[in-house]
Amino acid sequence: MQLVLEKRAERSRTIALVSPLIAIGLTVVTMSILFVILGKNPLAALGAYFIAPLSDSYSLQEIAVKATPLVMIAIGLSLCYLANAWNIGAEGQFLIGAVAGSWIAVKTQGTGAGAWVLPAMLLAGAVAGALYALIPAICRVRFGASEILTSLMLVYVADLLLDYLVRGPWRDPAGFNFPTTAEFDPVATVPLLIEGGRLHLGSIIALAVVACAFVLLARTIKGFEIRVVGAAPRAARFGGFNADQLILLTFAISGALAGLAGIIEVAGPVGHLQPGISPGYGFTAIIVAFLGRLNPIGILIAGLFLALTFIGGEQAQITMKIPLDVTKVFQGILLFYVLACDSLILYRFKLIFASRQVHSGVG
Amino acid sequence: MELVEAIILSVLAASTPLLIAAAGELVTERSGVLNLGVEGMMIVGAACGFGGAWLSGSIAIGALCGILAGTLLSLIFAVMTLGLAVNQVATGLALTILGIGLSGLIGAGFVGERIAPAPHLHIPGLTEIPLVGRILFGEDGFVYLSLALVIGVWWFLYRTRAGLVLRACGDNHVSAHALGYPVLRIRLLAVMFGGACAGLAGAYLPLAYTPFFIPGMTAGRGWIALALVVFASWRPGRLVIGAYLFGAVTILQLHAQGAGIGVPSQLMSALPYLATVVVLVLLSRARTGGSTAPAALGTVFVPDR
Amino acid sequence: MSDMTPADPDGSAMPLLQALGLTKRYGAFVANDTIDLKIWPRQIHALLGENGAGKSTLVKTIYGLIQPSDGELRWQGERIVLSGPSQARGLGIGMVFQHFSLFDNLTVAENVALGLDGKESFKAMSARLAQVARDYGLPLDPKREVWQLSVGERQRIEIVRALMQNPKFLILDEPTAVLTPQEADQLFAVLERLKAEGRAILYISHKLEEVKRLCDTATILRGGKKIATCNPKLETAASLARMMVGAEVKEVKSAGARHVTVPRLVVNDLTLAPDEPHGVRLEHISFELKGGEILGIAGVAGNGQDELFAALSGERRLRDPGTVVIDGIGCGHLSITHRRKLGAAFVPEERLGHGTAPRMKLSENALLTGHAASDMVRHGFVNAPATLRTVDRATEAFDVRKAKRDPEAASLSGGNLQKFIVGREILRTPAVLVVNQPTWGVDAGAAAVIRQALLDLAEAGAAVLVTSQDLDELIEIADRIAVMFHGHLSASLPRAEASREKLGLLMGGSSLDQKEPAHAAGA
Repeated sequence: MQLVLEKRAERSRTIALVSPLIAIGLTVVTMSILFVILGKNPLAALGAYFIAPLSDSYSLQEIAVKATPLVMIAIGLSLCYLANAWNIGAEGQFLIGAVAGSWIAVKTQGTGAGAWVLPAMLLAGAVAGALYALIPAICRVRFGASEILTSLMLVYVADLLLDYLVRGPWRDPAGFNFPTTAEFDPVATVPLLIEGGRLHLGSIIALAVVACAFVLLARTIKGFEIRVVGAAPRAARFGGFNADQLILLTFAISGALAGLAGIIEVAGPVGHLQPGISPGYGFTAIIVAFLGRLNPIGILIAGLFLALTFIGGEQAQITMKIPLDVTKVFQGILLFYVLACDSLILYRFKLIFASRQVHSGVG
Repeated sequence: MELVEAIILSVLAASTPLLIAAAGELVTERSGVLNLGVEGMMIVGAACGFGGAWLSGSIAIGALCGILAGTLLSLIFAVMTLGLAVNQVATGLALTILGIGLSGLIGAGFVGERIAPAPHLHIPGLTEIPLVGRILFGEDGFVYLSLALVIGVWWFLYRTRAGLVLRACGDNHVSAHALGYPVLRIRLLAVMFGGACAGLAGAYLPLAYTPFFIPGMTAGRGWIALALVVFASWRPGRLVIGAYLFGAVTILQLHAQGAGIGVPSQLMSALPYLATVVVLVLLSRARTGGSTAPAALGTVFVPDR
Repeated sequence: MSDMTPADPDGSAMPLLQALGLTKRYGAFVANDTIDLKIWPRQIHALLGENGAGKSTLVKTIYGLIQPSDGELRWQGERIVLSGPSQARGLGIGMVFQHFSLFDNLTVAENVALGLDGKESFKAMSARLAQVARDYGLPLDPKREVWQLSVGERQRIEIVRALMQNPKFLILDEPTAVLTPQEADQLFAVLERLKAEGRAILYISHKLEEVKRLCDTATILRGGKKIATCNPKLETAASLARMMVGAEVKEVKSAGARHVTVPRLVVNDLTLAPDEPHGVRLEHISFELKGGEILGIAGVAGNGQDELFAALSGERRLRDPGTVVIDGIGCGHLSITHRRKLGAAFVPEERLGHGTAPRMKLSENALLTGHAASDMVRHGFVNAPATLRTVDRATEAFDVRKAKRDPEAASLSGGNLQKFIVGREILRTPAVLVVNQPTWGVDAGAAAVIRQALLDLAEAGAAVLVTSQDLDELIEIADRIAVMFHGHLSASLPRAEASREKLGLLMGGSSLDQKEPAHAAGA
């Protein structure tokens, strides 16, 4: 008797709807076991993670702030993944965008420059991110080199570049030798939405990005091309769609969004450029993209959910002394369960009673 | 002279984890499976390896713990990609993220502790030979193990029938299935071997390279190991060359920084990664005729009945 | 039909292998219908028949891959039930399949080793391999990697692999389908040698000249039944063809005089190298198709039909614009989208994965080919109602049966999906329609709808090119018929002259001039 996997005739719509819920359920169960092993009360821990952050306005704003870069980057990544192009270097594109935008801020520091500064920074961040992402894309399209490895290697390069700049040429002379630039001028800072709060313009931009992506994928011919090229390459060719162009395009958009998220993060919540401005947003965004099933609305929800776990994780560390690494473990496990449950959308299990042996074949 | 000897020794040490992890991934990829979770498996191997050694007082037990940890993680990957036909790229990335988180959890209790590092070989008379003595006869067990591993992998792939069948699965799983070979089972074993090697490579870092554990100490070596497999064109012999080359770049740029060369240190540190990109591009351009990658690499296989 | 089995050449009393009343049913479909077969040693026995006649099924049953629904097999007089190919091999039955199970990046020796048990050492096996290959005049270098080898050389690996198990009975499935004439000659020499050694050979083919030259006996299948067993050397290619495709002359629908206009699709000296190792090279193809005409291209699959489609559709672009001319405009260098804008429409052979994206909805698949020249896309935005309209219109006009209004393409049955695919192209009222295998794998009702649609389209003035393996279909709807063989396109015959015999001959590589039969394996 054997349990085998078999392809379904049509995607199962029930599973598609229900699978994220099953995945979350399984994750909660697994995490509870983990909490018990760590010697913590599972219910209290789950409460600290998921309920507590929703209880006051400040942490709700924090969730939105944290979700902003995640959602923006993940939207870009989803376009690449839909086209079967694997951009793993969003973290590097994020950093390069931050660097490029910061360049303008640093150069106009204290010169009394006008309101053009912030838009210029955002534009610089997006363009720089796009160009940085085009490097691995061109390597794949022109040379056939794996974009997974090249985009990833460039993450380390970007990180080192940032490190060099904030320790060297851009270091704040009045900063007590800390590796950071001076605080950005107000004209180079992303404005807050609520006085005294945390919510800033970046969140509005992120929502706009979600809306644009939704329209792109659902309503435009370009979005259709992106989806077909990944789903059925031969049919895409038959439809007259150019796979190489689409890879370049999706990487460029993805890099632009990651770069934009980078400069927004630096010019917003942080306020200056320093090493470690990203707690791995570029990689967490990969999880957000898959959790959101590569769908803009799904990504928005998944981004908010993961941001919730980040904030919850910080709170749980304070109130219950649960290590921050638990958040990463939770995210990894959640992604596993989502991928596993999603597999049932395309396949089903079958029990085979071995009355007919598999014929060993040709020879 | 002593400087040269010291440099060669440190190159050997730096290259060893790359070589071990890449050897395991090479076998996995030769069977047709792309496991991007090497970094995750390595880092868990580091945490468990250190923990095991510190708790038991034995380097060997530490190494075993590292191997076990890597193997168990790879099992999760195998269940997902081979059992549930899930996309290999996504699963590998999830494995890396999970591994980084797990290693932080597991290793948290060991940060700051120290152990006696892995002992080095000492043969009276031979080890004292100037220049080559310590290089050939004075290394720690892991270095010799890494070379034995690569030789073993080479012999397995090219001199045994089992290795031939494994290579066949990676080349054309449809033909292999038609000829009656159990493709999924072979791939499972290959994935587990890759996990074991990644775990061992990770364990090497806190057991021999530096005698302590810090979170994130793999610093991307797992990813470089993946690039090394491509660099080696999936052949064990070239893997040795590639690993030592990358080890050399890493060490030399450290020395260059120390020697006060006027280039920013970060640029030097970036050299290994930039070199990887350049190598990948050049290799892909140079490929003519039959491709050197296992033809079925990364593709989903659901046998029809 | 009388059974003209030649007298047992070996002098032994019983056949090596005997099939008695072998039947295989798949549901209501009978693939093999009470077939009797006798295989004697020292004989090359041909198994003739068109695609779908039941040859593959019969042979797979003999090799143990399929269990028969009825009837029995006897080996050397004793009844046997085969559980699988390894048991067949153990008895001494070997088989060389049409589609090889080879590994491109492994060496010849490694490939052979994988097909054997591994009981002998690799070194010994390699040496034996070289020896066997040399002995039979099938030179193979054990160290070369398979991707470097030609198709003929690859086949040698399969044959040597089978020979190394010392079979008493060797089955070959369409072995010369992709061989050059010279490679085919080499193969025949080997088969004669095997026959002289006392082995039995079953040779599946549809190539009549070849069979006449090589085989001592021929069994002819049609529609799952055995029609006759005869001595091909005593028959003419024409009589063999008649037995293969049927003597009944079907009612030819004279569609009345269709108004034929100007040339709408012209191909000038199209020569194209294949872009993959198993592809077929197109050789100097030229034809002219006028509006209102249907040109049929007959031929067994694998003779260049796919490559021709790719060149005509624009999926493979050509250097010279004048090679493909649509409505007077040279478009050999233009993309498929551009050609659609010029009024061309295309239906490829593969429904799922090429003609449609299987996991996408019908409306999206309508957009796939419709975006080029229609109201489906405005200023970059998709006009979803327009795509749904196409689905609705195609559903109504071509009777597409589906579970809901806009399901995934993969959920439709073959016939219904094909009706949709053909329908979405016809609804665009194209000037030129190129169709590859319009009714392959499609139920009779859907096939009728599709064929009528093609006729109606030509009636409306379009130029229609239909490539098909189904002679009945072409005779029914085409005005002229040409035949593709090894990348060459024959001159076209008007329907009145295109008898089954003539077409069968051309499909088998013979020339129509009966006085001098063409070279067996070449055109």
